[in-house]
Amino acid sequence: MEAVEVRKFVLDIIEDIALDEDVSNLNDDIALREQLDLDSMDFLDIVMELKKRHKVEVPQEDYPRLATMSGCVEYLTPKMQ
Amino acid sequence: MGLFKEDLKITPPMGRHFDPVDTSYDAIIIGAGMSGMAAAIRLAMYDKKVLLLERHSISGGLNSYYNRRKRGLDVGLHALTNFAEKGERRKPLTKLLKQLRIPYDKLELTSQFESQVSFPEVTLRFNNDIELLKSEIATQFPDQVGNFLRLLEHILNFNEVALDNKLVMAKDVVDSFISNHLLREMIFCPLLIYGSAWENDMDFSQFVIMFKSIYLEGFGRSRGGVRRVLELLRERIEEVGAEVCYRNGVKEILTHGNQSVGVITDRGQEVMASLILSCAGYPETLNLINDQNDTKKIKPRTGKLSFTETIFTLPEKPASLGLNQTIIFHNDAQTYSYQRPQGFYDKRSAVICLPNNFIDDDYQEGVYRLTMMANYELWKKLSQDKVAYNEKKTEVLQDSLMILKKYMPALKSEEISFQDIFTPTTVEHYTGHFGGCVYGSPDKSRDGTTPFKGLFLCGTDQGFLGIVGSMLSGISMANLHGFMNPSLTTDSSTNITTSSL
Repeated sequence: MEAVEVRKFVLDIIEDIALDEDVSNLNDDIALREQLDLDSMDFLDIVMELKKRHKVEVPQEDYPRLATMSGCVEYLTPKMQ
Repeated sequence: MGLFKEDLKITPPMGRHFDPVDTSYDAIIIGAGMSGMAAAIRLAMYDKKVLLLERHSISGGLNSYYNRRKRGLDVGLHALTNFAEKGERRKPLTKLLKQLRIPYDKLELTSQFESQVSFPEVTLRFNNDIELLKSEIATQFPDQVGNFLRLLEHILNFNEVALDNKLVMAKDVVDSFISNHLLREMIFCPLLIYGSAWENDMDFSQFVIMFKSIYLEGFGRSRGGVRRVLELLRERIEEVGAEVCYRNGVKEILTHGNQSVGVITDRGQEVMASLILSCAGYPETLNLINDQNDTKKIKPRTGKLSFTETIFTLPEKPASLGLNQTIIFHNDAQTYSYQRPQGFYDKRSAVICLPNNFIDDDYQEGVYRLTMMANYELWKKLSQDKVAYNEKKTEVLQDSLMILKKYMPALKSEEISFQDIFTPTTVEHYTGHFGGCVYGSPDKSRDGTTPFKGLFLCGTDQGFLGIVGSMLSGISMANLHGFMNPSLTTDSSTNITTSSL
């Protein structure tokens, strides 16, 4: 799967979770937490949505790799082949 | 004529059927109170097979509504606490909407005008901006301003939702800042009567939760009142596919050793589930366990605080009778007595709620509610004698009108178009809470655990307060006990639940 598709998938998930926020101008290299009102419960939701929608399992020790959008894409692209 | 300008359609609760479709589920939720509904949504969102059992014919539990003479009336909460504007970050309300995927705009939330705490000769006004309360204290208690600001700073820096907070009495903490007895009593009055299961004091963590939700975030109301909130929850439950049975509660919780394994419904069906979340209350939930050997080591007490509530309508709205306050906390002494009264009810204090006095008023007429502390035992005994019971209710109405006339001398009681009075036995009847208690047991289980594995509490006896707190309680407990790796829950529970608020 292409990185650009993975980014789209992640963005769709974040958009559904942060439902009252504008996600169109996200900076991929700045922590999502700093740009959006996301806490650890919301990150748990991102992980659960990835599992539900794309059958991707993210073990707890890898959660920090989802901190930025570029981190998400880098970490998830090989897993979503 | 309906009560609302825009007559809200009274949607029949979904899933009218009485019996569960299946005999085995991932999770059973006991009670369709707000916390139980929120928990059901969270669990079903991530593909758990969820069954929600509710004994009553409508949802809401302690915060519900009823219809009488074509009027839809809220019962339970006077207002939504924890008001937040759209997009306000890190607020409990914003967090709960996000977790349930309910857009803010759907709540159609409107804020209060202004409320007040009224003691003899001193009144403190407050609204959803703490600056008003600060300036009121500066005027009425000039020597306490610095003390109040230091208390405020202590509150802002306190993590009230950490599950490992030690029990500390709030009055001891507040006394170390505020040296004026009257001011202390006035600060405590709304916080106690809007959420304390203890008499005359509360745990400091609870105090901070209440302080933030009332003085820092403030009061709001959804257009359509509590039924709007319940409609939104029901909609979500339907979307995520949790199964709901009304008029069919839980008769018994089945256990195997110290593990809960399922339930028997009121209608006699056996249903199994490895996870059971109950919002029925702590003593009420343990009472459902048929425990021959009485292995229950924990015996949570029944709460002592119950209330009478008088609701009536007038053709005139309070503003046209000179009253613009949303909620008035009335007390006629220098000390606020928050405890089970010796008599049937305590008319020395009351909470007056004027639901017309929010920015957006969708009522067609004036609605007046007045709540007083009441003694469950006395009302329970009296309820055997219908005539005497009704006479006592008339007395409650007369005293409620007397109190209201202090604030609204132009009130003409002969113009009352509708009236109703609730007593502690009404609360007991509709909610199943022992002793008609409104804030649950004085013994809380902050992490939701019970002596039985697989059985957890959510809602008032887990200890978050108000309707925002109750929904957050359902969410936190569903996340913690439904999704977190059980081997991790002891370590990570604090973080997860802490950051949920």
